[in-house]
Amino acid sequence: MHLTLEFGGGLDLLCQSVKIHQVDVAPKDENAKLTMRDLLAWVRSSLIKERPEMFMKGDTVRPGVLVLVNDCDWELCGGIDMELEEKDVVVFISTLHGG
Amino acid sequence: MEEGTASKRAAGRFCSICTQRKPALRRPKTLEQICRECFYAVFEEEIHNVIIKNHLFKAGERIAVGASGGKDSTVLAYVLSELNRRHGYGLDLFLLSVDEGITGYRDDSLETVKRNEIQYGLPLKIVSYMDLYGWTMDEIVKVIGLKNNCTFCGVFRRQALDRGAAFLKADKLVTGHNADDIAETVLLNILRGDIARLSRCAYIMTGEDGPIPRCKPFKYTYEKEIDKYAYFKKLDYFSTECIYSPNAYRGFAREFIKDLERIRPQAILDIIRSGENFRISTTTRMPEQGICERCGYISSQKLCKACVLLEGLNRGLPKLGISRIKAGNDGSGRPDEEPTRRGREVERPILESKPCGTLDF
Repeated sequence: MHLTLEFGGGLDLLCQSVKIHQVDVAPKDENAKLTMRDLLAWVRSSLIKERPEMFMKGDTVRPGVLVLVNDCDWELCGGIDMELEEKDVVVFISTLHGG
Repeated sequence: MEEGTASKRAAGRFCSICTQRKPALRRPKTLEQICRECFYAVFEEEIHNVIIKNHLFKAGERIAVGASGGKDSTVLAYVLSELNRRHGYGLDLFLLSVDEGITGYRDDSLETVKRNEIQYGLPLKIVSYMDLYGWTMDEIVKVIGLKNNCTFCGVFRRQALDRGAAFLKADKLVTGHNADDIAETVLLNILRGDIARLSRCAYIMTGEDGPIPRCKPFKYTYEKEIDKYAYFKKLDYFSTECIYSPNAYRGFAREFIKDLERIRPQAILDIIRSGENFRISTTTRMPEQGICERCGYISSQKLCKACVLLEGLNRGLPKLGISRIKAGNDGSGRPDEEPTRRGREVERPILESKPCGTLDF
C-alpha cells in the first residue's frame, strides 16, 4: 500500500532529517487491512533511526504527538484502530519542543 | 476514490458549527468536531475575547512580540497582526528576538524570524547575549557544562527581552506562552515549593508596576490547537529542540501534562485555575522587592540574579548564584586566564548598565 508520511515539529530529526517519506507498507497478511497500529510499528522499526521514545510510548504515539490523516485529526477517524487506504497522507507533528 | 474514503472515515458527520463541511479536528476544550475554516474562526475569536476581557492592550500602544521562531510565537505574531487589523486595535507591533548564541539552534531559528519580519510586515529587533553580557550560551556551556545552563539562559533571556523592549520603546511585551506551558509552570512551582511565583505564573499580565508589563494572550490556548493552526495555515516556523535542553527538569512536567491531557483535556485549564486561585496566607513572609545595587533593576536581593551569575562567569566561579555560596558583591574584574574568553575583551560598562528583571516565569 502506497502512503505519504510527513514528520514535523522536530520528528524529522529522528528519521535522518527527512520530512516527507513516500513508502510502501504491506498489511500483515494479504486479506487484512493495514491499521494505524500496524503503521506505527512499521515506522518505528523501518523509518526511525534514533530515540524512538520521542515518537512512541507503548504501542501508540507519545502524548504530545499530533497525527493527521488526510488533514483530519486521527481522533476523529478511529485513532489507533483506523484502517488506512491506498495513497493516504499521514502527518506526525511533535508538540514537545519550545515555541 | 480518495473522496470516497474521506467521507467513509468521517462517518457522515459534519462540522458542529457550520453543519456543512467535514470536521478536521476535535476541540480539546469543548470536544466539538469542527472543520478547518470554523477552527480558524473560533481559534482567533477566542484570543480576541481574551484580549478584550482582560484589557490587555490600549489603542496606540507599542507592543513587542517575543519571537523565537518557534510555533507559539510565530502563531502569536500572525494572529495578533491579523486581529489588530480586523478589530482595529490600533497597535504598533514589533518582533523582538533574543540571540543566545547557540550554534545550530538559535542561528537557524533567527533565520525564520527574519522571514516572519517580511511575511507579516513587522519590524524586527534582535538582542544578543554577546552584546549584552559579553558571553554566548555556547561559551557559557563550555565553562559550566550541561547542568545549570538553563538557569543562566533563563535569567539572561528575561533581562534581554526587557532591554530589547526598552530599546523598541515598547509599552508591553507579549509572549507565546500557551495553556500547556502555564499548567506546566504551576506544577513546577508547586514541586519546588516556590510560593512567590505560584500565583504570579498564572496571571495573564505581570510586571504592571515595572517598566515593561508582560502578557500572555495564549494563556487559555491549547498547544495542540496552536500546532494545528500553524500546520493548517502552513505558517513558517522552526521546530528543533534546543541542543542544550535535554537535561531540563521542565521536560518531566511537560510529559506529565500531556499524559493528563490525553485522559482529560480539561485538566490543563483546571491546573491553571488552581494556580490562579492559590492564596498565600497573610502570615507567610514573601520576599521583598527591591532594586539591584549594581544595575538598578528589580531584585529581591542586593544583587539581581543576572548580575550574580554574570559575576560568577567573569570571575571564573560559575557556581556563584547556583549553589548556595554567598556572592561577593564587590564586582571585581575577571581573570584573563578564563579558558573560554579567547582573548576577547568585554568592557566593564556592560555590567553597570545592565538592567535586571524579576525572575518569574
